[in-house]
Amino acid sequence: MAQRANPWLLSTPAILVYATFLVVPLALVFLISFFNFEFYGGIQQAFTWENYVDILTDGYYYEIYARTFGVAAGVTLACLVLGTAEAYVLSRMANPWKGLFLMVVLGPLLISVVVRTLGWALLFGSTGLISQALLALGLVSSPVSLMYSNLGVGIALTHVLVPFMVIAVWASLQRINPSTEAAALSLGASQFTVIRRVIVPQVMPGILSGSIMVFAMAASAFATPAIVGGRRLKTVATAAYDEFLNTLNWPLGAALAVLLLLATVVVLLAANRMVERRYGAVFN
Amino acid sequence: MTYLVLNGLTKRYGDTTAVDSLDLSVERGEFVSLLGPSGCGKTTTLQMIAGFVEPTAGSIVLDGRDLGRTPANKRGLGMVFQNYALFPHMTAAENVAFGLEMQRVPKAERQARVAEALALVGLSHLADRHPARMSGGQQQRVALARALVIRPAVLLLDEPLSNLDAKLREEMQLELRSIQRTVGTTTILVTHDQSEALALSDRIVVMNQGRAVQVADPFSAYEDPASRFVGGFLGKANVFTPQPGQAGGEARVRIGEAHIPLDGAAMPAGPVIVRPEKILFSEPALCALPGRLKARVFQGNHWLCQVETSVGEVLVIRQNDGVPVPQEGADVHLRWRAQDMRAVDEA
Repeated sequence: MAQRANPWLLSTPAILVYATFLVVPLALVFLISFFNFEFYGGIQQAFTWENYVDILTDGYYYEIYARTFGVAAGVTLACLVLGTAEAYVLSRMANPWKGLFLMVVLGPLLISVVVRTLGWALLFGSTGLISQALLALGLVSSPVSLMYSNLGVGIALTHVLVPFMVIAVWASLQRINPSTEAAALSLGASQFTVIRRVIVPQVMPGILSGSIMVFAMAASAFATPAIVGGRRLKTVATAAYDEFLNTLNWPLGAALAVLLLLATVVVLLAANRMVERRYGAVFN
Repeated sequence: MTYLVLNGLTKRYGDTTAVDSLDLSVERGEFVSLLGPSGCGKTTTLQMIAGFVEPTAGSIVLDGRDLGRTPANKRGLGMVFQNYALFPHMTAAENVAFGLEMQRVPKAERQARVAEALALVGLSHLADRHPARMSGGQQQRVALARALVIRPAVLLLDEPLSNLDAKLREEMQLELRSIQRTVGTTTILVTHDQSEALALSDRIVVMNQGRAVQVADPFSAYEDPASRFVGGFLGKANVFTPQPGQAGGEARVRIGEAHIPLDGAAMPAGPVIVRPEKILFSEPALCALPGRLKARVFQGNHWLCQVETSVGEVLVIRQNDGVPVPQEGADVHLRWRAQDMRAVDEA
C-alpha cells in the first residue's frame, strides 16, 4: 500500500505548483467566461452562454480569429521552411562554426520581447531601413510601411519563433543514421532528392513538435501583435487584453481566451494526427 | 578480363596515411575481400570506390572508365552498409524500389524487379513491413536486395554481417555467396572477420597500415602467408626461428630440442610459421619437441591446447576424432613435417 502511494507522495510538490499556477487560473477563466457583465452594474455571478453567443454571432470576432490563425499558420510555415533548412545546414557545419551559428540562431531569445519588437518597428516604418532600401533600389516608387500590417507581424514573430523549430529539428537530425544519406546517394539520388525523400521524412517528429510549439506561441502572442500590429490589427490575445483592461468586460475577454485555447488545441491535435498517420514509421 | 582497377590509390588525412598507394585489379564477376584490422584502410578504400571519399592520389578505373570525376550518385555502384542504412520511413518494398525510381524505371517494370529482388533474398512475404519491425537478418537482406536491384556495376559490402549473431552470420555467409554466384555481380567485401573472408572470397586482399600485404586466393593466403602479420591475422599461427642442424648424418632443421628431417624441403632462412592443426602429439623422438600441456580448451569439434616448450608457448589444435588428447599437466612431444613450416617475412 505504502509502495503504491509513494509515487504520488513524491510528485506532490510538482502537482501543487502545477495546480496553483495553471489549473486554478485556467479554471477561473473558464468560470468567469460564463458570468454576466452589466455596463453599469459590472460583473455578476451567473451562468450564461451570452458571451459565447456574442462572439460566435459577430463577424468582428470572426475576423480577429481568422487573422490570429492566419498569421499563426503563416508564421508556422515560414518557421518550418527556414528552421528545417537552418537546422540541416547547421548539422553539416564543421565544429567551431557550428557552435557560433547556433548561438546566432538562438540570439533572438536572449533579447527582451519589447526591445526586439521596437527594433523591428524601426526597420518597418515608412522612413525605416527597409522602405529606404527599396526606394534606393528603385523597386518601389513611394515609401512602404510594414508597420500595422499582417506581414510585419508575421516577420517579427517568425524571427523570434524560428529558434524553437531549429532546436526541435536539430534534435531529430541527431537521431538520423548518417549512412541513410550515403545509401540514397549510392542509389543514384541527387542531393536535393536525398533531402526531400530521405532526410525530411526522418525528421518529421522534430518538424511536428517544432510546428506545434511555434503555432501555439504565434497564436497566443501578445507583445509583437500589440506593438507591430497596433490598435487596429487586433488578434485574439490583444482583443482579450482590451476586454479585460479597457472595457473591463472580464467575462467576454475570458470567453475569447477560452475559444482561442479550444481552437488551438483542435488545430494541433488534428495536425498531430494527420502527420503521425502519414509518417507513422518514424515515430517510434 | 580486368574490370575494376585501382592504381596507386592513396588517401592521406593530414599527416596520417589511411591508404598507401594501393594497386588492385578485379575481374568481372569476381568476389574480392579487403581484410584487415580496424584502421588498416579497408573501409576508406571502399568509400573511395563508392565515391564518398576523394582519393589524395591514384585512380579508380571501372570497365575502362576513370571514375575520378564521377560523383557517388552517378557511379551506379550498389552498397550495403554495416548498419544496413535502410530508410526507416519506407517499407521493405519501397526501400528496394528507391534506386529504380532514381533511374526512372517505369512503374510496371519497377514492381516486377522489386518483387524479383525480394524473392532472391527470400523476403517476398515482408514486402510491406517497415525496417523497425524486422530482425537484423531480415534488414540485412532488404539492404542486399536494395543494392542488387539496380543491377550495380560493382557491389560494395561494408562489414555487412558484423551486426548479426554468430549462427545467423554463418547462414548469411552461405546465402550471400550463393546469391553472388547467381547474379554474378562483381563484389568487393570489407571485413575484419577472417573466417568471413575465407568463406566468401575468390581472392583476399590482406591489408595492414594502409597497404596491401598479400593478395591471394583464400587457400594460398592461409597455407602460404606472405608475412608474420598475415599468418597471425588469418587463423592462428606458431612462429619459430629455425636453426640449421645435423642428425643421423643428414641436414635437419633444429627448433629447440627437435631435429626435423628436411625430406627434400629447402632449409628455411628466416622465421617460419606452423599452423596449430598441423602439429601432432607423438612419442618421444629426436624429431619431436618436448613440452608440457599447460591448458586445453574443448571447442566441440576440436581441442585447443597450449603447450609450454623451450622455444615458448605452442598452440596445438586436435580434432575431436576419437583419439584421446593428453590431460592438462602431462608431458607431451610435438611433431610436424618440414613441409608444414612456411617461411615468412619478419613484418
